[in-house]
Amino acid sequence: MADSARPLNRVALVPAALLLALVAVPLVAVASRATGFALAPADWAAVRFSIFQALLSAIFSTLLAIPVARALARRRFAGRGALITLMGAPFLLPAIVAVLGLLAVFGRSGMMNDFGAMAGLPQVSIYGLHGVVLAHVFLNMPLAVRMILQGWQAIPTERFRLAASLGFGPAEVARHLERPMLRSVLPGAALVIFVICLTSFAVVLTLGGGPRATTVELAIYQAVRFDFDLGRAALLALVQFAICAAAAGLAWAVVRPAGFGAGLDRQMALGAPRGWRQVVDVGVIGAAALFLLVPLAAVILRGVPGLFDLPTSVLGASLRSIAVAAISTCITVSMALVMAVAVASRARGAAIIEAAAVVPLAASGLVLGTGLFLIVHPFASPTSLALPVTVLVNTALSLPYVYRLLLPEARALAADYGRLADSLGLQGFARWRWLVLPRLARPLGFGAGIAAALSMGDLGVIALFAGESQATLPLLVQQLMGSYRMEAAAAAALLLVTLSFALFWICDWGGRRAAA
Amino acid sequence: MLQLDHLLLTQDEFRLTADWTVDPGERIAIIGPSGAGKSTLLSAIGGYFAPTSGAIRWKGRDLDGVAPGDRPVSILFQDQNLFPHLTLAQNLGLGLRVNLKLTQDETLRVEAALTRVGLAGFGARRPAQLSGGQVGRAALARALLRARPVLLLDEPFAALGPALKAEMLALVAEVATETGATVLMVTHDPRDARGFADRTVLVADGVATAPMTTAVLFADPPAALATYLGT
Repeated sequence: MADSARPLNRVALVPAALLLALVAVPLVAVASRATGFALAPADWAAVRFSIFQALLSAIFSTLLAIPVARALARRRFAGRGALITLMGAPFLLPAIVAVLGLLAVFGRSGMMNDFGAMAGLPQVSIYGLHGVVLAHVFLNMPLAVRMILQGWQAIPTERFRLAASLGFGPAEVARHLERPMLRSVLPGAALVIFVICLTSFAVVLTLGGGPRATTVELAIYQAVRFDFDLGRAALLALVQFAICAAAAGLAWAVVRPAGFGAGLDRQMALGAPRGWRQVVDVGVIGAAALFLLVPLAAVILRGVPGLFDLPTSVLGASLRSIAVAAISTCITVSMALVMAVAVASRARGAAIIEAAAVVPLAASGLVLGTGLFLIVHPFASPTSLALPVTVLVNTALSLPYVYRLLLPEARALAADYGRLADSLGLQGFARWRWLVLPRLARPLGFGAGIAAALSMGDLGVIALFAGESQATLPLLVQQLMGSYRMEAAAAAALLLVTLSFALFWICDWGGRRAAA
Repeated sequence: MLQLDHLLLTQDEFRLTADWTVDPGERIAIIGPSGAGKSTLLSAIGGYFAPTSGAIRWKGRDLDGVAPGDRPVSILFQDQNLFPHLTLAQNLGLGLRVNLKLTQDETLRVEAALTRVGLAGFGARRPAQLSGGQVGRAALARALLRARPVLLLDEPFAALGPALKAEMLALVAEVATETGATVLMVTHDPRDARGFADRTVLVADGVATAPMTTAVLFADPPAALATYLGT
């Protein structure tokens, strides 16, 4: 039964308007400053490389994820839950930390080349296209695994039971049950990863570069930072926005929400196939676990010795990062909550809010950053505003994730208790105090954790604005890497990843505690 | 007096009309097949479903645009009548003050209401620690505290066994008598109607008929009711 359409709570329009402005104003600034409409050959190369690397990253991430998801779906073993949880970690892992871990394994003096040298193989370089793709697969394959695994879990158990009663073998199960599911899940998973990789910055900054491995995102950064060609940066930002908007729009139309915490522990009614398939599954799970764990372990191993002689700048950078993360998390979660509750109430005009919540998906850190740079530049030194701008951009970029996390919970709350609250006249502050906040404490804590970790680890707009004395921790790691102080970089990265997950854990734990 | 004046409720293919009045203090049963619109009728009176045309009036005042909480109405839904994260005392307290800043006198009234429905000393418990019957009693206690002149029951006791349901309806009758409330009760069960309501509304084929004396209605059921009852 439908609620009668009630007027929209005007307060909910405030965050929606702020968010729209946060994307639209920089875009207008960028559009008005863009010089010419013709891209230089080097810029065309950047466009091609952007799309090509994102395409490869998406394809490899999803294809490699299929056997892992299948093995996780049909096998039960000790540590399976932990491994699935681990699959959620790279989404929150600062990209710069992932890069350091991968360098330790696949880099010039990494383990793989050491083994290779022992076997008399030539050195392999991680820089360039394959390094960028490798890092993107490392960061996004687990996301694909979780999305595909969810597809697997969504096949009703009865379907498998029916298949067993008809005497289906693994080949028939694949043909009649699994492939149709994959056909519906894979395009969405690939598109989401494609968009993420289009806007990826830290990975390309560290592993890419040069005429043959520069993305549009990186080209914007170089145009501002090295050439100070703001007109060209603005043009590139427009191009980047157009590409991302098209891809994000497509993804939005195709993708079902990924769902972070969904129950992935359904009982399997059927015995999983034995024989060579079991051997393959064990190998696949082992390989995936190693691929994820070894680089992380390498960061720890390399980082620990350097912890005690970190440069003093680390302290300030850490405090700045924590402050930026804390402030942007508070803003993000408050805005996302007000917007999700308004949309869930199905009030008239909620569509505007819903649109505002997804628009930032089409923007990237450097696009927004360039716009804000252009606005700020004539009036103040961009460096002096580096941190506030980072807070704003982090808020805009993490809001869609937190919003999508909260929306189903807010909908369930409205469906279950909206009428009861209305019947008692529970409105305004009392409704937030006694209904919304206590009932949504758990997803709010989890969402805050995600926002905090994303903000803590973000290396994007800060690189555009900051000087020496505004550096956040991810930027400091990158600067240490750039000056080949790898031990200090690893130690700072270890600190960064520890702080990121600590912030996530504190928020998540706080939410659980409040909900209990 | 509660007046449904040429009321028309529509949603997609669904249509329901009602045009009748109920006197203060009356107890009315609403019976009819599933999907006929019994709950929708209650939703409209409660303020959750806007009429397409016509009016709902209480003592001559049109309730159009009046928020659910501001209507002279308490409603008990099929389920989720209590907030699971609040204690019984808090759940009841919301019936008095939504900010839960109760005066000492109001706190005493909450305790008295719990005692009245046989839940003395249960104030600190959460709904999950109660049985189905106890949850129903607590919700009734809140209706008692709010003392609104109209009480709507949308099958809140449907999940209870026959004996417990009869006991709850007896309690509703007592509460209604004490507060002088008009009661409209949706039910599937002719026995509930006979035992509880002087008059009964039949909802079928897009019409909520004017209330008829319950005994007369069941003695000579119209075709739609006969089909529903299978007699």
